[in-house]
Amino acid sequence: MAKYLCIVRSAYRATIEEQDDPALWFTHAMGSAGADVSVLLRGDAVSYATKGQDARGLQFGDCAVKGPDIPRDIRSMLDAKIAVYVTREDLSTRGIDEARLAIGIRAMNESAIGELVGGFDRILAF
Amino acid sequence: MAKITLGIMDPPYESANTTTAFRLIDCALRKGHEVFVFCYEGATALGYSGQKKHANAVHGSSLEEEDHPNPKEWIAALFRLAGQRGVKLTWCNCGLCVDERGVENQVEGACRGSPVSAWNNFEDASGALLIGTN
Repeated sequence: MAKYLCIVRSAYRATIEEQDDPALWFTHAMGSAGADVSVLLRGDAVSYATKGQDARGLQFGDCAVKGPDIPRDIRSMLDAKIAVYVTREDLSTRGIDEARLAIGIRAMNESAIGELVGGFDRILAF
Repeated sequence: MAKITLGIMDPPYESANTTTAFRLIDCALRKGHEVFVFCYEGATALGYSGQKKHANAVHGSSLEEEDHPNPKEWIAALFRLAGQRGVKLTWCNCGLCVDERGVENQVEGACRGSPVSAWNNFEDASGALLIGTN
């Protein structure tokens, strides 16, 4: 069975309507079905790995919008043995301290991406 | 009160622009302003009445628990809000864009128009904003 790495760059694109991130959802669905899959969060998507996100409270007219629970989704992926990587440079560019990362997130330097990618058979770039 | 014309292009379930647009419309109506919305290209599917909720196995949630949002319901909620506030909301779809996509069955209250409709409503609006797609 091939090893997959999903690289996710875009963030919060359709999370309000989908109540999740479609790229993470796809990755999680693959993992839940038995695929050997990991995810690398890059660019704005590194924010997904932080604790304490809360998108509740949105309302259009009388229609309340539940919104996504990204920390829950990340936690579920980690529980399903899906490794989640983030790059330190993308964190620091956005002023995100590593202490704000959820437990289990693997922070890595950009210079190590080549080595990481080399450990996988298929790269899915979202 | 003012009249605001808003053009949107992004299709549902694709862009954070949709949330931004709905928030602007909601705020304008709450403040008592008339709002004219022109949906162009993919945005014409926002009001498609065939949208359906679904359960979510990845979330482990049933149909009811997931309570998946459909933009058609947000539009209906905005029409109700406009009614409550006594202000006019027009939800105008580009007719050719609707036909291309086969989304002619729309939420109650939506109407058909053309870029000329948008232009006419840009002309007499106090403020106009087009949120283009990228």
